[in-house]
Amino acid sequence: MSNPPVADWATDFDHTDEQWAADPFPIWDELRGTCPVAHTERYGGAWLPTRHEDVSAIANDTEHFTSRSIIVTPHRPPMELAPEGIAPPISSDPPFHAAARKMLLAVFSPQSIARLEASTRAYCQELVDLLAGRDVVDAATEYAQHIPVRVIADMLGLPESDGDRFRGFVHDVLEGVARPLEERVDILLALYEYLLPYVEERTANPTDDVISMLVGSDIDGEPLTPFHVIRTVGLLLIAGIDTTWSAIGSSIWHLAATPSDRQRLVAQPELLPTAIEEFLRAYAPVTMARLVKEDVEFQGCPMKAEEWVLLSFPAANRDPAMFERADEVIIDRQPNRHAAFGLGIHRCAGSHLARMEMRVALEVWLEAFPDFHLADPAAVSWSVGQVRGPRTLPVSVTRGA
Amino acid sequence: MKLRLDTELCQGHGRCYSLAPELFSCDDEGQAVLLVEGEVPADLEAAARTAVDNCPEYAIGTE
Repeated sequence: MSNPPVADWATDFDHTDEQWAADPFPIWDELRGTCPVAHTERYGGAWLPTRHEDVSAIANDTEHFTSRSIIVTPHRPPMELAPEGIAPPISSDPPFHAAARKMLLAVFSPQSIARLEASTRAYCQELVDLLAGRDVVDAATEYAQHIPVRVIADMLGLPESDGDRFRGFVHDVLEGVARPLEERVDILLALYEYLLPYVEERTANPTDDVISMLVGSDIDGEPLTPFHVIRTVGLLLIAGIDTTWSAIGSSIWHLAATPSDRQRLVAQPELLPTAIEEFLRAYAPVTMARLVKEDVEFQGCPMKAEEWVLLSFPAANRDPAMFERADEVIIDRQPNRHAAFGLGIHRCAGSHLARMEMRVALEVWLEAFPDFHLADPAAVSWSVGQVRGPRTLPVSVTRGA
Repeated sequence: MKLRLDTELCQGHGRCYSLAPELFSCDDEGQAVLLVEGEVPADLEAAARTAVDNCPEYAIGTE
């Protein structure tokens, strides 16, 4: 199902290429110097800005670029989905966007997220306790992966025992981008069919979970349609899992591969929040996308209506014009004006949750396994597509090994 | 030194109120709120610069 190999990154780029998945940084660095806005004919036409200033300009230009769909595939979602888009509010444009987003902000505010810290810590502790006595564990599949599944299932009011199904939906939506349109539609229908009974149940018997909150929300006095609720819940499920899994996994990968940074954080745990911002900068997991609304010239590039723009916040975060020693991971970097959670009106609504999960997950991990290192660097594998993080991460956790 | 917060540019990243809680707080939706009117106390000027330099949206400035 994979695409043909990339012939030339400036004119034929593909973010699902194996080389990109394994190590995208040299690709972006070279493009920034030679062709800062690259193009590909793949996916029906797509552009790739790699400089921070260009990524920022497009993220902030909702007049020329629409969020109607934010995952690059060969297909385009129907125009009739506007202004909501395929998964409101991430796929919504102004002015509808603000109303669809506003109802989520209180649920994901720092104050609300702080109330989830104790249960998140207890769950992380349960996970490391299960690994006790082992020499080698998979930090991606046996630790990082489970944390956001549990947290978002609790928030949404879905059974955590359905975690495998959630991960299946997430994988299909984010990594199955090359599949035929009928299969893409079936993937979404399966997600909607799974969620519908929960939405109906919370409509009849509201609780204090996020589905009940959405069912009880309105836009300009009109209650949300069940279709809107289902698509927003689907968004929270998909956006809340792979992203945070990736961020926790990349952080553990870095520390497993960099003993000096690991030792420093074990000795100075108070440095962790600063280090997390650097992990977010250097290994930003999320690349977004826009569609060109109407033909427009951007930085001399003739962008055609309905072409994609791959909005690489990870590439922007590696731009040496924005960050000194941009290619180095400096865990006490200051200042750090990174764009890992996006820029402009679509700033990741779950950013405060993601930061809390990262901090707690790393605190518990470092306390349990102060001596971990990569067990087999060649066995580490990375996800493919717009969310990047380790999907296989064998680490040796034996003290003094 | 005086701080200026552009609430139109602020998107609620929360860098300022995490790094300089003496100078910034947040509302119920995570949007930044400036806590000091007028001159920033001398002992908080470094914190103020940290907040300015870390805002992803360039929403904080000094006068």
